[in-house]
Amino acid sequence: MAKPFDFFGGFKLTLAHIVRPTVTNSYPKVKRPKQPRQHGRHVLNRYEDGMEKCIGCELCAGVCPVNCIYVRGLDNPPDHPVSPGERYGYIYEINYLRCIHCDLCVEACPTQAITESKMFEFSFTNRADAIYTKAELVVDDQGFPQRLPWEDWREGEAAMTGGWMRATSPAGDASFEGVVQWTGDLGAGVRAPEAGQSDNRDDEATGSKQLREVFSRHLNPQDVPLDQRGLQGMMNNARAKLPRRKARGEKS
Amino acid sequence: MTSLLASSDPLFAHGVTGVVILIVLIKVLVGFGALMGAVTIMIWFERKAISDMQSRIGPQRWGPFGILQTMADGLKLIAKEDLVPAEADRFVFKLAPYLVLIPALVTFALVPIGGTLHIAGHAVQLQMANPPMGILLMLAMSGISVYGVMLAGWSSGSKYPLLSSVRASAQMISYEAALGMTIVTIILATGSLTTHSIVDVQGGGIWHWNIIRLGIVPFVVFLISITAELNRPPFDVVEAESELVGGFHTEYSSIRFGIFFLAEFMNTITMSAIIVTLFLGGPAGWIPNVAHLKWVFPIIWFLLKTTGFAFAYVWFRAALPRFRYDQLMDLGWKRLIPLSLGWMLIVAGFLIAPAWGFLMASLVLLSWILLSRAFMLGQSRETGVEAVLPTIGQRPIPGTVIRRFTDGES
Repeated sequence: MAKPFDFFGGFKLTLAHIVRPTVTNSYPKVKRPKQPRQHGRHVLNRYEDGMEKCIGCELCAGVCPVNCIYVRGLDNPPDHPVSPGERYGYIYEINYLRCIHCDLCVEACPTQAITESKMFEFSFTNRADAIYTKAELVVDDQGFPQRLPWEDWREGEAAMTGGWMRATSPAGDASFEGVVQWTGDLGAGVRAPEAGQSDNRDDEATGSKQLREVFSRHLNPQDVPLDQRGLQGMMNNARAKLPRRKARGEKS
Repeated sequence: MTSLLASSDPLFAHGVTGVVILIVLIKVLVGFGALMGAVTIMIWFERKAISDMQSRIGPQRWGPFGILQTMADGLKLIAKEDLVPAEADRFVFKLAPYLVLIPALVTFALVPIGGTLHIAGHAVQLQMANPPMGILLMLAMSGISVYGVMLAGWSSGSKYPLLSSVRASAQMISYEAALGMTIVTIILATGSLTTHSIVDVQGGGIWHWNIIRLGIVPFVVFLISITAELNRPPFDVVEAESELVGGFHTEYSSIRFGIFFLAEFMNTITMSAIIVTLFLGGPAGWIPNVAHLKWVFPIIWFLLKTTGFAFAYVWFRAALPRFRYDQLMDLGWKRLIPLSLGWMLIVAGFLIAPAWGFLMASLVLLSWILLSRAFMLGQSRETGVEAVLPTIGQRPIPGTVIRRFTDGES
């Protein structure tokens, strides 16, 4: 049964929203922090000594559901090998007009050669530009994804390229969660494992945040997590920010 | 001719000379420019305020805080192709936007935005015109703007605009009655039709404002019915996007489409100003004793009050869902018209003598009881929505049911 003053509830709510922070942000100027497992543009990783990880086995091309990957392997030249081992990826092309970013290629890769960055802003002016070749996909000498002129890279976006790989444990076995199962990357070294779905996930290391924490001011009061409510929540938030600020201060 | 003009406007007391014509010209130009500027700011203000209420950012790219967004939109609209549908009645199709725009402009000419200035021996009222028929002109203009909307929908030669124009004419006629009745109440209390004297009567402090002097009821009725006249939410069934595509301006493009929107926002400002004039004393307010600047404060008061109502309209839009069409008609015919009529009778009675007032009040109370009993009986009869639309399994409606509606047999 509606109370007589329920009619003014809408007025009260809309007025209250004026002083609340906006949910949207002005996108090209400000970018949201990406979720750690976001699927973006691929990169071809290298070992810490600069060797390419790709061995030209074509498993990624075989598993790709939309046939967007084209790989040809070749025997390593004996005097200056491209990858440690017998063969290397001689041709590696991904057609981004087809790619659906399912990351099955990342799962299939036996050497963690292909992973995905967080870059999602593709902009082509012709169809040929949509096909990325090895020249564009292989990480640069510092181990970061190449910043192609038509892509919109921002500071810190190139840092994490192995999110999906780090989120899955081999064969889905939960007992491997948090155990390093991969080789080191050029520049980044051996990346810390993410805790996956388990309780001891480390949000500080992965840079991720629970959505409810981000949007707690826009939720109904009963949906806000208990430790985020009211004065206690404000104190908890401040306390959570403190070590982060300290860490940032030490770096700079 | 001159004496007729001078009867309401002291500017023409010494005849129509060159200086007087110049003053009128300046008043018109300044008024027009101010209204146009106000409209661009109003459009920006509405978009910005409503995006704040919806936790969005709103326009931000053009100028500081996106204040030039309206200019950019206007330029874009001018640059677009001007289409006239093949099925359209070309002349009426092109005429209709101006039939909406011009009444909006003319109505603002009536609004007193300040006191009286004395320039070169002439008493200059700070309003564009003060015709003797005054507030009736406002009613006439809102009547004409119905034609604009109706003809726009009809001449498009398309079914959704036509439906919209049918809705527009029905809605505006329904609410015009309640609107007229409240205006009659004000005219009774004022004893004059000119907007200037309506404002003058309310001059002596807040207790003389019509919103309090006439009781709050006429103000509420006027606010609701003027919102319905404006086709603004929650009464925007004419432009209901979810039902009628874009409503009466579905087929319009380019600057003709822009004119419709210009007129809509101009009407919002104008009607805010009219409410302020009729109920909140227009430019009346506290004036500090500052030499040579006393004429500024009434204008500031007027602007503040008008801005308040402009914000209220934006707030309505953010807070209230759209009325269903039958709810709209219910509110207009069953509630607002009887209410405004009854209140007018009570006010008229009290203006003669308190005894008449109490007699009228008791009569109105009695008829209110009778009317609500009649509505109750009407609703309980088998003529409600459920009777017209039988459940899905029974379609099409059986002949017996149809005959019961058409012939009134039971």
